[in-house]
Amino acid sequence: MAEAAIELKGISKNFGSVRANRDIDLKIAPGTIHGIIGENGAGKSTLMSILYGFYQADRGEIFVNGERAVIHASNDAIARGIGMVHQHFMLVHNFTVLENVILGAEGEPLLKTSIAKARSELERLERDYGLEVDPDAVIEDLPVGLQQRVEILKALFRGADILILDEPTGVLTPAEAEHLFRILRQLKDEGKTIVLITHKLREIMAVTDNVSVMRQGALVATRKTEETTVEELAELMVGRRVLLRVEKGDAHPGDFVLSVKNLTVEDMRGVKMVDDVSLDVRAGEIVGIAGVAGNGQTELLETITGMRKAVSGTVTLDGAPVELTGEADPTDLRRRGMAHVPEDRHNMGLVLPFEENENAILGYHWQDKYVNGPFLDIEAIRRDAQEKIEKYDIRPTDARLKTANFSGGNQQKIVLAREMEQDPKVLIVGQPTRGVDVGAIEFIHKRLIDMRDQGKAVLLVSVELDEIRSLSDRILVMFAGRIVGERGPDATEGELGLLMAGVEEKEAAE
Amino acid sequence: MSAPYAKLPAWADYGLIPLINLTVAFIVAGLVVLLIGENPLRAAVILVDGAIGRGQAIAYTLYYATSFIFTGLAVAVAFHSSLFNIGGEGQAYVGGLGVALVCLAFDSVLPWWLTFPLAILGAALFGAAWALIPAYFQAKRGSHIVITTIMFNFIAASLMVYLLVEVLKPAGSQAPQTRTFLEGGQLPKLNWMLEAMGFAVRSAPLNVSFLLALVAAFLVWVLIWRTRLGYEIRMRGHSPKAARYAGVSEVRVIIVTMLISGALAGMMALNPVMGDQNRLQIDFVTGAGFVGIAVALMGRSHPAGIVPAAILFGMLYQGGAELAFEMPGISRDMIVIIQGLVILFAGALEHMFRPSLQALFASFSPRAVGAEAKQGESA
Ligand SMILES: Nc1ncnc2c1ncn2[C@@H]1O[C@H](COP(=O)(O)OP(=O)(O)OP(=O)(O)O)[C@@H](O)[C@H]1O
Ligand SMILES: [Mg+2]
Repeated sequence: MAEAAIELKGISKNFGSVRANRDIDLKIAPGTIHGIIGENGAGKSTLMSILYGFYQADRGEIFVNGERAVIHASNDAIARGIGMVHQHFMLVHNFTVLENVILGAEGEPLLKTSIAKARSELERLERDYGLEVDPDAVIEDLPVGLQQRVEILKALFRGADILILDEPTGVLTPAEAEHLFRILRQLKDEGKTIVLITHKLREIMAVTDNVSVMRQGALVATRKTEETTVEELAELMVGRRVLLRVEKGDAHPGDFVLSVKNLTVEDMRGVKMVDDVSLDVRAGEIVGIAGVAGNGQTELLETITGMRKAVSGTVTLDGAPVELTGEADPTDLRRRGMAHVPEDRHNMGLVLPFEENENAILGYHWQDKYVNGPFLDIEAIRRDAQEKIEKYDIRPTDARLKTANFSGGNQQKIVLAREMEQDPKVLIVGQPTRGVDVGAIEFIHKRLIDMRDQGKAVLLVSVELDEIRSLSDRILVMFAGRIVGERGPDATEGELGLLMAGVEEKEAAE
Repeated sequence: MSAPYAKLPAWADYGLIPLINLTVAFIVAGLVVLLIGENPLRAAVILVDGAIGRGQAIAYTLYYATSFIFTGLAVAVAFHSSLFNIGGEGQAYVGGLGVALVCLAFDSVLPWWLTFPLAILGAALFGAAWALIPAYFQAKRGSHIVITTIMFNFIAASLMVYLLVEVLKPAGSQAPQTRTFLEGGQLPKLNWMLEAMGFAVRSAPLNVSFLLALVAAFLVWVLIWRTRLGYEIRMRGHSPKAARYAGVSEVRVIIVTMLISGALAGMMALNPVMGDQNRLQIDFVTGAGFVGIAVALMGRSHPAGIVPAAILFGMLYQGGAELAFEMPGISRDMIVIIQGLVILFAGALEHMFRPSLQALFASFSPRAVGAEAKQGESA
């Protein structure tokens, strides 16, 4: 066998008392796609960050192409031909694609000459790898799928032979993900080595050659992908058998709890984001909204939850209207029993520099149990947070840890715990399992079904068709701001896919 | 997660870094002193001795520090809501009007300990009022608070000159200042406190508003970390979007934060107006509002950092005055330069040495170093 593209020997990394990586040995063969999976907090991102020079390992060695590499900063990694695509892209929003690609790698004193050079290099890369994107487009005008391509181009432009992607498909639509995998395969054929972190076992099966499983900081297994199964991987990750499909009984819908009538919402430029949408959610049912990201789901959720103004239409919560014109008050809606798990947990659902317990009361900090007059009841808040941490298996179990130091999936659980534990009448959930591991998905799905069975109304928005199909009692499909169809839970993926792509109802039925 | 900063242990963060910054500031200042042909070591000795060498000096240092604690707290409170209140200077100036009006009205009828609470109220109300308009424009119209508060500093200066010259000046007097307050409008000095500790103090302006400043520092800590309002202030400071999601009214938080900030700045006036000069006179703030910015930066917006930072700047003021007096080659302007250097290194360039120090720590004992939060989803 050829020299390993990357070899890690005995890598260990602690954060305080958390053993994020323990004694990890890993070989990644050149010209392969190597998957890394593991529960939330298993240490995947930490390991990759060590490889990319964001963190220093406490112990252990890194070899790149057989040579011992000392990687103190990302520049060292780049010099060794390692590139990384982060899940949250690090692009300058008002720069063009080309400007972003050369940023920090201009290489010439004059911008003009380096731009000219870069343009031809970029064209070559795009041609070779099928990474089409307009070099002069401004980043903020591009959909996420294309922004991600720019990130990949950035890495390749810097001469990356080894490409690390940390949960690249979390924000992509199925079609975009498919395209990404085509690109990855092509890169592999060109001899590049790819490390792919993902929570989606299907993707592992689809593109990787080898897969390694991490659990609680340790690397517990490495398998050839063709010799393993989704079930085995899930079990290796979690340490027990996992239900990959939710079990649920029939719904017993009750009264109408949430009604949306002819709702129209425009963005700042006056473009209709939500166009004449009507829907009802009854107590004891889960209504799922399927759709490709960016078709108005975000705006719909934000309007219903009082964070955005509507142009026209009405929303009724438990028989009483929700203010949609002026300053709607999210606190008032919470009092009336509406809980909201926002799609954007990082900027909206959490304040990352806060301690965990401070986030566990976000939006509910006015409740009597958390305050004494104008003062916060710190004791009560921390005790309450600790209970939720135990109940939702949030790790590490430290309510005083800064929220940003929790892994992505655990951050998601912090939000879910907060909203679900309010015993709401209606639960509005956006992308509940984005970035969450299979064990946690199972848990979250179970909790959502429990909520339904307790007679809560649940409105679920997700770009994961699987999730929509396995949870929803009714499925609405949203396209270009409109509800373009309603289906039962037995709708096929293909049927929904067509609706999501905007193919007219009648055509789709044929 | 662009910054691969590892976090430093607390002692390095709060002790070592300020110390390094200060040392560098003094080295550069020393070079300047050298440049004009004076001996920097002797200058340093005079400066330190002038600041804390005798009871008298200490009293002066603490007197200046009192003003800086108030203005530093004012800036810090606004900082927590990510508002940059540069208007401490003007708010303190107008706060002085509140103090003077109370003193002029009650100094003949009330003892000082009854005038004092009223004067505190007056200072706070006037200071807050001066912050209200910029706050309102920021909250409702998005006019940047930095610009508006700077403008309000100028307006305050003109307004006060007008009032002092045309309205408050006693008939027949030449100086643009109010009459001297009577006993009931004068704060007792605290020199006995230093004397009790065995220092000799001839006469110094240190007065009870120093104790008020310490109380204010404690109350600000309570406000920011222990109250619901403080929680909302920090929330909006870190993430306006999350604040909106949590149902926290941005307009309300901005306005309330700025009112508190303005009130604290206004209370600074108690120290010189009621505690020392015993009258309202032109330009009594003398830059304390701006020093407050440096104090807040250096104290990292935490009261426990602000009090020592304020004392440090008090030392620079007092020791600097001494230095200008002792060394003819060093003028008052030189002192301002030295102060400026401290502000530059301790405040504005606060982060200059951080990355290298972090790298150093990381290479010594990577384990001692947790790592700074990554903002990325994949954290
Ligand atoms: N900067 C940090 N400070 C303290 N603890 C940290 C820090 N970064 C990560 N951790 C902890 O280290 C462990 C591993 O985190 P890591 O982000 O590598 O997990 P992960 O496998 O990528 O999880 P996810 O799938 O949720 O993204 C977690 O327990 C996390 O809380
Ligand atoms: Mg991760």
